Amino acid sequence: MAKFNKKKSGDLPAISTASLPDIVFMLLFFFMVATTMRDTTLKIENKLPFADQVEKLDKKDLVMYIYIGKPQEAFQGQYGKESRIQLNDKFADLSEIKAFIAAERASKREELVPFLTVALKVDEGANMGLVGDVKQELRKENALKINYTTRKGEVTGNTKN
Amino acid sequence: MAKRSAPEVNAGSMADIAFLLLIFFLVTTTIETDTGLNRKLPPIDDEQVEPPIIKQKNIFTVLINKNNQLMVEDELMELKDLRKAAAEFLDNGGGVGDDACTYCKGKKDPKSSDNPDKAIISLKNERETKYGTYISVQNELVAAYNQLRDRRAMELYGKTLKEMEANYSDVNWIGNKDNLKEKIDRIKIEYPQKLSEVQ
Repeated sequence: MAKFNKKKSGDLPAISTASLPDIVFMLLFFFMVATTMRDTTLKIENKLPFADQVEKLDKKDLVMYIYIGKPQEAFQGQYGKESRIQLNDKFADLSEIKAFIAAERASKREELVPFLTVALKVDEGANMGLVGDVKQELRKENALKINYTTRKGEVTGNTKN
Repeated sequence: MAKRSAPEVNAGSMADIAFLLLIFFLVTTTIETDTGLNRKLPPIDDEQVEPPIIKQKNIFTVLINKNNQLMVEDELMELKDLRKAAAEFLDNGGGVGDDACTYCKGKKDPKSSDNPDKAIISLKNERETKYGTYISVQNELVAAYNQLRDRRAMELYGKTLKEMEANYSDVNWIGNKDNLKEKIDRIKIEYPQKLSEVQ
């Protein structure tokens, strides 16, 4: 009887939560390691347009990125409000595309050079004039494989005017 | 002197702190978009080659003006009608004799394109055209091609072109890949993407 009573009076042992931080830290480290940080800091606004007939860019290491868009507000005093080109981390002129392509090509193994793709990340508000000039520059450099990077969605999502 | 035990530090809030960090990382992680429309630019020819003579009826002109309006075959058109119009033009198959198209399902209008191989879509834009509109138009035109290719692929092989291409790039797919590649190429030859951009 005495044994019985003792059991009844005893509280339910609390589940130890001491290992909860460990579990959460594990998750945290996983995310910290798996997160790939953007390698370029965007200095321009980059709201990509929508399209639904998209294909996936599979070889990530064989892509050169060219950003085009209106400078962000912090840079508007210096660079104005007109759309500009960004290569790597800085604003660039049309004439710099040539050197950029050459540098990207030099950094890749020779047999992979023909597979290089240029991804054009262009803000949907940019004018086609600049995009056309960039395309002409790419043609001159014989970088003919291009990809207009878009978000997946209906084209009706693109803002008019 | 009584021995005082050091008070135990409460570690209960450690989980909260870790959760906070975890949520911060979850939120700030940007997933890079890696989808888009693949295009190939035409190479620059140094030689002055006489441009081939193309009949006017085989060209489908699309012009985007600076107000982002569409002019298709000299008429104003809404974006939503473009896909259908382009598909109708490509699939017309109005040719006779050698130019006849056996697999087209179009109206066979003699005033429109002869066959998909001859049909060329010419896209022209002004410098002030917005990129968003340009992409919308490109998307619609690619969609017209894809629609026709899928229809043809369904007819011949009972699968859409997208499925066939997914199978082709899938390493675990069981089947004859050379055979599949031939089938894909056949569809692409029957409805070639001839999209020309005027500079």
